[in-house]
Amino acid sequence: MNEVLLRMEGIQKSFPGVQALNNVKFEIHKGEVHALLGENGAGKSTLMKILAGVYIKDAGDIHFLGQPVEIHNPRAAQGLGIGIIHQELNLMQHLTAAQNVFIGREPKKWFGTVLDEKKLNAETQKLFDMLKLQLDPRVRVMDLVVAKQQMIEIVKALSHDSKLLIMDEPTAALNDAEIEELFRIIRHLKEQGVGIVYISHRMDEIKKIADRVTVMRDGTYIDTVRAADVELEQIITMMVGRQLDEMVRPEAKIASDQVLLEVRNLNRGRAIKNVSFQVRKGEILGFAGLMGAGRTEVARAVFGADPFETGEIFVAGQKVTIQQPQDAVKHGIGYLSEDRKRFGLAIGMDVETNVVLATLSRFCGFFGIVKTKGTRETADDFVTRLSIKTPSISQQVKFLSGGNQQKVIIAKWLCRNSEILIFDEPTRGIDVGAKFEIYKLLTRLAEEGKTVVMISSELPEVVRLCHRVLVMCEGRITGELAGNDITQENIMKLATARETVNT
Amino acid sequence: MSQTATKLVVERSPVFGASATQKLLAFASLVAMLIIFSLASPNFFQTQNMISIMLSTAVAGVLGIGVTFVIITGGIDLSIGTLMTFCAVISGVFITFWGLPWPLGVAAALATGALIGMLNGVLVAKLKIPSFIATLGMMLIAKGLSLVISGTKPIYFNDTEDYNLIATGSLIDLSGWVPDLVIPNAVLIFFAVALVSSFLLNKTVLGRYTFALGSNEEAVRLSGVNVDRWKIAIYGLAGAIVGIAGVIISSRLNSAQPAIGQGYELDAIAAAVIGGVSLSGGEGTILGTVIGAFIMSVLINGLRILSVPQEWQITVTGLIVIFAVYADILRRRKSV
Repeated sequence: MNEVLLRMEGIQKSFPGVQALNNVKFEIHKGEVHALLGENGAGKSTLMKILAGVYIKDAGDIHFLGQPVEIHNPRAAQGLGIGIIHQELNLMQHLTAAQNVFIGREPKKWFGTVLDEKKLNAETQKLFDMLKLQLDPRVRVMDLVVAKQQMIEIVKALSHDSKLLIMDEPTAALNDAEIEELFRIIRHLKEQGVGIVYISHRMDEIKKIADRVTVMRDGTYIDTVRAADVELEQIITMMVGRQLDEMVRPEAKIASDQVLLEVRNLNRGRAIKNVSFQVRKGEILGFAGLMGAGRTEVARAVFGADPFETGEIFVAGQKVTIQQPQDAVKHGIGYLSEDRKRFGLAIGMDVETNVVLATLSRFCGFFGIVKTKGTRETADDFVTRLSIKTPSISQQVKFLSGGNQQKVIIAKWLCRNSEILIFDEPTRGIDVGAKFEIYKLLTRLAEEGKTVVMISSELPEVVRLCHRVLVMCEGRITGELAGNDITQENIMKLATARETVNT
Repeated sequence: MSQTATKLVVERSPVFGASATQKLLAFASLVAMLIIFSLASPNFFQTQNMISIMLSTAVAGVLGIGVTFVIITGGIDLSIGTLMTFCAVISGVFITFWGLPWPLGVAAALATGALIGMLNGVLVAKLKIPSFIATLGMMLIAKGLSLVISGTKPIYFNDTEDYNLIATGSLIDLSGWVPDLVIPNAVLIFFAVALVSSFLLNKTVLGRYTFALGSNEEAVRLSGVNVDRWKIAIYGLAGAIVGIAGVIISSRLNSAQPAIGQGYELDAIAAAVIGGVSLSGGEGTILGTVIGAFIMSVLINGLRILSVPQEWQITVTGLIVIFAVYADILRRRKSV
């Protein structure tokens, strides 16, 4: 089983403004389960999408079974025997299991004019039997639970006679029993000599299933080690990298004891499970966790952007009813979405308009005529206070840098007299210099008595900025860290603390 | 043994899938309407009136079947109304202007429909123009060209009596058994189109990709399927079906009327939607659309027999469309 199945060397890939992969190498043997690890944005998915023909590499070599290959599209990857199970399931919900498995290669009869549904179902049943799956080929995908859908993706990839199977976070939505089922299938495939690239954030799984581990960080290759020879702590340190320069954490002491926002027993399906927390005036509370842990869902539910099933929200000790964003805004809650361009800004309009957009009625005179003097002065004031770099307040925000756009949104909410500001990934897509500006601003807002809730996937900034950190995993809060306990290692441990009870 | 006992058996396919409820609901409404109108007026449930309902359903029904394919892919086709007229005009040009035999005119109408439909497909698939806009443009182009080619005047088929018989003649004359039971060919063509389309949608690769595209286009692309080519084919098929509607209407009127057509697309889309075709794609049946088309024409016919003014007939139709879609949304919300 030591025959090399695939070797990638010197892989480069950049997207506009970002070097996603820099001189990355990767190797996998036949019959090997090779875990690919790294933080969000380390470049794992990008590397695998290159392998699957979804992205085209800028430079580098790929050898498959000893032969140099170029993979220009998904079809080419399929032809080589490379199957990928995407992180976001790529199934057609309205079609049946069998129809999904054989999409693009439907068996036909009557001289290729009519679909042979019988053969389609029989062939799929054969594949199901091979993997000992209890599934009906004729069931519609939308009627299946996510775990079963995942199995269909696997069957689909295998039906192409795959020699290499890439699984991008296959267990993200599975419970323990389902994960066992998946592992059983993986071991079965291993015996057949299929190479498996296994991407996961769940450290406990790596030891169980992987033969070797390759770690990536910031688009670069770090190291490849044997899973048996290495402690989990070591892997985490490799993923997180050198300890970032000791950054000054804000004073642990907070000026006020007044709890400004409290959430009790918030629930919504699988996304939010019994989440409770408090934030005090002048505090920066961090929400850490992996992608899909439920942080954004909690924020959106508190803000009224999504409904929740049960739970109570208190603002300054008073129970409030928040059913839609305008309720939240009325109670002084502002939400700064992770997707600024889509949800935060009127991108084609100028700075002035954006700053006063949520407060326009305050500047309205008779017949709804906007008092431009007032709006201009307000906008000017905020540009100075937040040091927004813009040639003038009549500049369209789309020409501002990411950091300055973020400041414009902050100005908008401050203008609205928001006391509680929820930031969702406030520094995403912002360059390093501007990030520090945002950090300073957040710290200052807290010092001025605003309540700040910050969701961030960038551990260094959580460690640096927050007074207190709540870590989420699979919709639950798995732990709370404060003061010197806020370290990247501690956060990572909590973020991967999976539910152990069989559900 | 216990394993096989727990085996999940759910016998459902896109043919009788989630939209079955909507179809059942639609069918029940149709029956209810027939009963109510029959009780309300003795003139309603007469053989002749039933045939007149079927005849008036034929054109909108065929158009609805065409647009059903496009809607299931997650698109929309607004050009079908005026394209139908354009096809009729082309048929008139072949038969009346050039004096060619009428089958050639019919072939030309169908080919024109298919061609323009494929052009719609190219605009949507290759140029990435949203189908709403692409087909809105095509609607105006077809309307304009119809007027230009015909010189804004109707083209009559007075010299070719056979052409008129395509729709108004009858291959099935049962008046020997039941008085007045003469089913016009237009209705037979409508049913034939429905049967063939249902076959295409459920039994062929084209139909499979029609559902697949509407369900998750990106997934189809990642599976290595040539998405653009199939989209063009589906829009082309819809166009060809519209061509058939063009032949039916010009044959019935014994003329190609260049000024009509606009508005038919909305009736057709309404029929599809009432019949459970989901505007977000991935769901729908031909039978549903046919029932939807019948609901619309039974409603209009019944209200007319009850001497409800035309302006109110239109208003009620609008209400029915909104109600049908709302019922569909309610059903979806429950099933999630």
